[in-house]
Amino acid sequence: MNEYTYPIMFGIIAGTVLRVFMMRTDYRQYPTYLHGKIIHLSLGFIAAALGTIAIPSIMEKEFTAVTFLTLAASQFREVRNMERNTLAEMDSYELVPRGNTYIEGIAVAFESRNYLVIFTSFIVTLCYLAVNMWAALGAAAACFVLSSILMSGSKLGDIVTIEQRELTFDGAGLYVDNIYIMNIGLPERQDEILRYGMGFILTPKSFNIRSTIANLGQRQAILHDVSVTLGVFRDSGTPALVPLIKRDLNDGRIGVFILPQEKDPARAREVIANVPVLENAIQKPGKRSG
Amino acid sequence: MKMEKAILASITTLDNKVQGSAAVFKCETKEEMEAVAANLEAILDGIAHRLSDQLYIIVKH
Repeated sequence: MNEYTYPIMFGIIAGTVLRVFMMRTDYRQYPTYLHGKIIHLSLGFIAAALGTIAIPSIMEKEFTAVTFLTLAASQFREVRNMERNTLAEMDSYELVPRGNTYIEGIAVAFESRNYLVIFTSFIVTLCYLAVNMWAALGAAAACFVLSSILMSGSKLGDIVTIEQRELTFDGAGLYVDNIYIMNIGLPERQDEILRYGMGFILTPKSFNIRSTIANLGQRQAILHDVSVTLGVFRDSGTPALVPLIKRDLNDGRIGVFILPQEKDPARAREVIANVPVLENAIQKPGKRSG
Repeated sequence: MKMEKAILASITTLDNKVQGSAAVFKCETKEEMEAVAANLEAILDGIAHRLSDQLYIIVKH
């Protein structure tokens, strides 16, 4: 036991608890399994330890010790690769895949959470050593609040208006409102689609949003989330029964055609409104520098 | 080999409008054509698209 024992323990515990707090298993079904959780908790613990130990090292004038933070950075980039590979591998077995943009978003989130843990442990230990334990507690609370703000992105409901519209067939062409979705030839498939399908029109609230919802990855994310939450009326070998999103080229609205297992329009609308806006899909064509 | 966007088969009641390398199934009636198209859709894992009332194609997407 020495003067650094309690600050280090405090910093590591604060960082690890933050990682646990940020690990939420929800409809995204990931990570659901115990081993996946253990991997992330262990990495969170390592991140917390790295962030914490930097402070005593500096105080002992061991400045080179800080360079191992760069090691941590490359280590956590590896976490991102691991997540990306695992999810991409599993994606081909999903009835409605997540799509690469969504996967990349999840992988980036996993990496950045570890950096938030390092940052928290660093600040908390610094406050403990420079001021006292109460200051460290305050810093930990502030970091928790900051992390929860940083980790929550915007939702689709914030940027588009969602309206339900009837599905119609014009000959073999399936339409949501006036947006053409696909050609369904067989009458029995058409009946199934009219019975189980639902159509929604998403209207962008501003010009910048047009390109965000036009992004194919963002569209796939909507379909995936709806299918995971409401179930999907399809199986392998029924390519005609596939949820699709097409775009109205005139005004940038998108027509969402879904085939949920339970036909509940209010719930579907709620699910669509809660789809995360993917970081990689956000574009700001209206914003120019200079 | 993974095929993308290929016509796997055509099903038609027309006599001489459809030709090509994909298999062409000539049918007598509309009902027969729909039944053949439904079967081929399931067998080939493709989608049956209707180009006109006399012509279906099975497309692998």
